[in-house]
Amino acid sequence: MSIEMTLQRTSGTAAQSSHVESAARRDPRAEPAAVRIAIITLAIGFLSLFVVLPLVVVFVEAFGKGVMAYLSALADPEAWSAIRLTLGVAAVSVGTNLVFGLAAAWAIAKFDFPGKTFLITLIDLPFSVSPVISGLVFVLLFGAQGFFGPWLQSHGLQILFAFPGITLATVFVTFPFVARALIPLMQEQGTQEEEAAISLGASGLQTFFRVTLPNIKWGVLYGVLLCNARAMGEFGAVSVVSGHIRGETNTMPLLVEILYNEYQMVASFAIASLLAMLALITLIAKTILERNIDEDMPHDH
Amino acid sequence: MTIEARGVVKTFGSFKALDSVDLKVANGELLALLGPSGSGKTTLLRIIAGLEWPDAGEILFDGENALDRGARERHVGFVFQHYALFRHMSVFENVAFGLRVQPRSIRKSEAQIRARVKELLDLVQLDWLADRYPSQLSGGQRQRIALARALAIEPRILLLDEPFGALDAKVRKELRQWLRTLHHSINVTSIFVTHDQEEALEVAHRVVVMDKGRIEQVGSPNDVYDAPATAFVHGFIGESIMLPVEVSGGAVHLNGRPLDLAAPGDAAGASTLFVRRHDMVIGPAGSGTLDGAITHVRSFGPVQRAEIALTESSAIIEIDAPRDRELKIGDRIGLKPRHYRIFASG
Repeated sequence: MSIEMTLQRTSGTAAQSSHVESAARRDPRAEPAAVRIAIITLAIGFLSLFVVLPLVVVFVEAFGKGVMAYLSALADPEAWSAIRLTLGVAAVSVGTNLVFGLAAAWAIAKFDFPGKTFLITLIDLPFSVSPVISGLVFVLLFGAQGFFGPWLQSHGLQILFAFPGITLATVFVTFPFVARALIPLMQEQGTQEEEAAISLGASGLQTFFRVTLPNIKWGVLYGVLLCNARAMGEFGAVSVVSGHIRGETNTMPLLVEILYNEYQMVASFAIASLLAMLALITLIAKTILERNIDEDMPHDH
Repeated sequence: MTIEARGVVKTFGSFKALDSVDLKVANGELLALLGPSGSGKTTLLRIIAGLEWPDAGEILFDGENALDRGARERHVGFVFQHYALFRHMSVFENVAFGLRVQPRSIRKSEAQIRARVKELLDLVQLDWLADRYPSQLSGGQRQRIALARALAIEPRILLLDEPFGALDAKVRKELRQWLRTLHHSINVTSIFVTHDQEEALEVAHRVVVMDKGRIEQVGSPNDVYDAPATAFVHGFIGESIMLPVEVSGGAVHLNGRPLDLAAPGDAAGASTLFVRRHDMVIGPAGSGTLDGAITHVRSFGPVQRAEIALTESSAIIEIDAPRDRELKIGDRIGLKPRHYRIFASG
């Protein structure tokens, strides 16, 4: 069904563009060929220089001393520990933000309450604050001289320079993604389907799992995807709270920097290549999801 | 099942949506709530369904307090104006929804559910659409599926919110008749909300006319048309000529001139004279209650509509006359109301 539609769409635009070319002189929207070529060249040139070239450099450097050097760099225990830590932090952050994001989007889209605008602003806060500040907040809260520091120390709890601290900073920085992806979608969909479900005798949970969630599933995946990409790639906030303990609290982005500063180019770029691949996969998945979200949007009105 | 509303009040912020509404609906009745937008009709419907809660007042089903129970336990079939079909479910699953979410103890078997859904799709004559999705249906089909879905739970009450509001005129007419026939065959107490008077008068047993959160009149379609209880009802239902008049001592004056009309006992001071367009009889100039000159004539359907500039006032009124009556622009004529009503203004 969707493939068929895409085919139709592309053939449609192809026919349209050939039509535009044949009538180029009369069509007021068509620019002269020279202008078109100049603009397209500029756009492609810019993208090549600032996006494609760096990406290529990452892989060239990573494989600079051959595939074996690349693989052994990745097999290094320190690299493994960073990968494990990053995956762990991302899993917890995405899970947490999935629940919070759903709750926040639900509250904002389906209910009216005082302070709603303020809540929307709060959700966006992590986007407008420098990640370093976000990290610093947790140092001020949980550090030895911090607000909860003495209490934590007396109970033998380690938050800063450990997994919990890194996760907290990541959760904070990635909070807006799921909520932001869902709020417009849920607002557009309104509450009528939920009301219909309840009047048909469905419980709150049944309504959520049978009606609400299926309607927003592509939006949820989209938010999770972006949240995950940012969680794995976050540098600033994590750098402040991590403490850079080798083999323990270095995430992949942190390890890339450390190895680079130690002139271990292959090892550094090998880890970087993993992050670059994550970015590429995210990009492809994002494109597919965006198409599906469009189908979730109501078209009846 | 009977429905009763007692002193129902609902405000949204500073807006009074319902202002102490009392209403009784008899068992098996098909009732229309008619009014302009903002009159509170949809709010009343949603309160009966349990989708909204009143600030004060009571809702009784068969004499039992319904406000004790939420929308889920009221067993009310609700049909939404924009259908609210579950867009990710097939037509079949939409209709089956109410049966599938029942508690396990009373839930029907898969075979029973299939049979029931089939039966309902047959009832709305759309069994051939079972595997389609809502986005693949026309508006009229969606509305009928929404009705089948609401009927699946064997509701004790059926509530329809502007059921035909989003449809085009032709489909609307078809569905009106169909709804009346359907109601006759299932015989469930039903209330539907509409702002379309033709729809209300044609389909309902009784019509409730609402304005500004209050009930203006309850009566049969004939009652509200022929014997409107208030100025609002007269102006809202059917097309009326409205003239501002003064009433004193039983005499009616238009711009200081007396008219040969008897004023009802209760109207006094500034009032409005209401006459149906087809109730103005045209005669020779000077023979009637009012005098005027024809300024415009249009013919369509069974009547011709004439615009008349009155001599007594600066008003221009429109009247409907039979087509065989010859009317020419510029003719001076007399007008005599066959029936009329006078309501005090304000």
